[in-house]
Amino acid sequence: MAQPSTISPATLLKDELDIVIPTIRNLDFLEMWRPFFQPYHLIIVQDGDPSKTIRVPDGFDYELYNRNDINRILGPKSSCISFKDSACRCFGYMVSKKKYIYTIDDDCFVAKDPSGKDINALEQHIKNLLSPSTPFFFNTLYDPYRDGADFVRGYPFSLREGVPTAVSHGLWLNIPDYDAPTQLVKPLERNSRYVDAIMTIPKGTIFPMCGMNLAFNRELIGPAMYFGLMGDGQPIGRYDDMWAGWCTKVICDHLGLGVKTGLPYIWHSKASNPFVNLKKEYKGIYWQEELIPFFQSVTLPKDCTTVQQCYIEISKQVKAKLSKVDDYFNKLADAMVTWIEAWDELNPSGAKSAELPKGASK
Amino acid sequence: MSLPIKDDEIDIVIGALHSDLTSFMNAWRPIFSRFHLIIVKDPDLKEELKIPEGFNLDIYKKLDIDRVVGTSTSIIFSGYSCRYFGYLVSRKKYIISVDDDCLPAKDNKGFLVDAVAQHITNLTTPATPFFFNTLYDPFTEGADFVRGYPFSLRSGVTCALSCGLWHNLADYDAPTQALKPEERNSRYVDAVLTVPARTLMPISGINIAFNRDVVGPALLPCLRLAGEGKFRWETMEDIWSGMCVKVICDHLGLGVKTGLPYVWRNDRGDAIASLRKEWEGVKMMEEVVPFFQSLRLPQEATTAEDCVVEVANAVKEKLGSKDPMFARTANAMLDWVKLWKSVGGSSSSPGA
Repeated sequence: MAQPSTISPATLLKDELDIVIPTIRNLDFLEMWRPFFQPYHLIIVQDGDPSKTIRVPDGFDYELYNRNDINRILGPKSSCISFKDSACRCFGYMVSKKKYIYTIDDDCFVAKDPSGKDINALEQHIKNLLSPSTPFFFNTLYDPYRDGADFVRGYPFSLREGVPTAVSHGLWLNIPDYDAPTQLVKPLERNSRYVDAIMTIPKGTIFPMCGMNLAFNRELIGPAMYFGLMGDGQPIGRYDDMWAGWCTKVICDHLGLGVKTGLPYIWHSKASNPFVNLKKEYKGIYWQEELIPFFQSVTLPKDCTTVQQCYIEISKQVKAKLSKVDDYFNKLADAMVTWIEAWDELNPSGAKSAELPKGASK
Repeated sequence: MSLPIKDDEIDIVIGALHSDLTSFMNAWRPIFSRFHLIIVKDPDLKEELKIPEGFNLDIYKKLDIDRVVGTSTSIIFSGYSCRYFGYLVSRKKYIISVDDDCLPAKDNKGFLVDAVAQHITNLTTPATPFFFNTLYDPFTEGADFVRGYPFSLRSGVTCALSCGLWHNLADYDAPTQALKPEERNSRYVDAVLTVPARTLMPISGINIAFNRDVVGPALLPCLRLAGEGKFRWETMEDIWSGMCVKVICDHLGLGVKTGLPYVWRNDRGDAIASLRKEWEGVKMMEEVVPFFQSLRLPQEATTAEDCVVEVANAVKEKLGSKDPMFARTANAMLDWVKLWKSVGGSSSSPGA
């Protein structure tokens, strides 16, 4: 039977969670998040011009990496980290030493729930990650482990323990995460619907994962969270989180891990320019017609038992099946391998990780 | 946008397990009075039905059921299964059915929920079973498909089934409710979502609606527990029916939605007393879920009737030896299709 969580989860994970923030402008938004974020360590990945100084509000414990740091730390492998795109955030996942990651965009603020109370998004993500998922059978009352809910009649008892949760995907009030065509058609649409639910995305179902308000268990799924080759010098943008989400979900399904979506909400304040977005997404809109059937039919062999093995296997299938769509996928497949190599170098398994060169920190 | 639906395309089917429907009907009057109602009296109910004036309805009792169905069938229309007789004799495109211990619920703003209107909206807007939309129903006001949703999948498919939820007494099984006797569902989740293809779920019969033209025969009163009783804790007929419907919808490329509308379900019965009877149902699910998860229907099955026959044959073959109840169920399913073909009016349209 589902048991509600009675411990205060926020204090528990203070030293086990890093907050990864990609930024190109400034971090003023952190002021609003201060009551919720200050106890945690931040990893800031500075995109764009490395000579620019990003000011971090006082009182936060952080490390900051710019392009020079990324090049220095990864050497030639830095080619897998995007430039001039928020996809560079995945570098933060790689250098983190913590078990959990929360990533948020710098135009996302604290939202209010229907009662007017500020939403502690981080706390909700932690609750989501610390309670099981139920991917094998859909519960019509959504998250059965939540206060005031449970498994419904007909839900097999053998499936009620659930599986470990690898990903917690949060949502956005105000500016919704629409693609450019939809933004162009509905420039004034705002998401004002607060859907008070968290649910497990069923096994075998893939979804569009947005990186604006996302948390995951780095130990369970970290290496799958590669945000691809986007931005400068690449034919595509705004598909970084999509790519990571499709790979992650396929691997979670294979390894018996869960992905949740729903609460918490953040307030997304900036609508990016839809014409700029259209240029970035244009190829993606065509390519996703091939990519979705590809991911829906990916099968991983039984002997892929680690995330890295699964990921390398996917990269092989990307090369074999998607290079005919565009040569970009050859490069991407190679970058996926480079990413895993870099990940394993920075995160040697077994023994404690060695002292690694860090970025500027406080 | 939803298709304009005329009131006369809708039947509201109520299985009467209680004789006095006065407060039930009066509570639903603002919502039900426009529509034609079919009330099927549980043949086991001895007392006369008490129904208030002012409704356009047809009532079917034991005599009527016997007359129409005769003794030629193994289907037993008693208890919660009596409502399926209503589905059988209806000639409307859309059917909405709620248990007779449910009343209109209130939404998160305190307004009465028009469950009929919401079910009709669900059934007349497309479902999107092939890819998950993180903002839930993309066809609802104020929402849309999110970035990353393939454009080729945005027209969706016909929604064949709409599964609503319950405030107050949620549809928990007896062990769960017995362990949490005070638990009542007060959360209003303001969402409708399509259940993804090949994902199974427990479809409760307490508050549902469906497109009779495309899936009518797939809702079936065929599984009876040995200890079948007059409380939802003492039956699995709807859960079984729901598994069949979902597999069939997945095969025919039709959609199933879940979420809004809510109904308010009255406190009734004693979970602990029902525990003894429930155990059979709980055990049954363990066998049944792996069976349905691996069930694949042949290409040639293009109508709901064909699909029911295929499922029945698979049940007989794969589950029949495990428990005589399954063999009986398979036979009842075949009987149901025969009954549907002779009494149910024109056959269902091929998928979508």
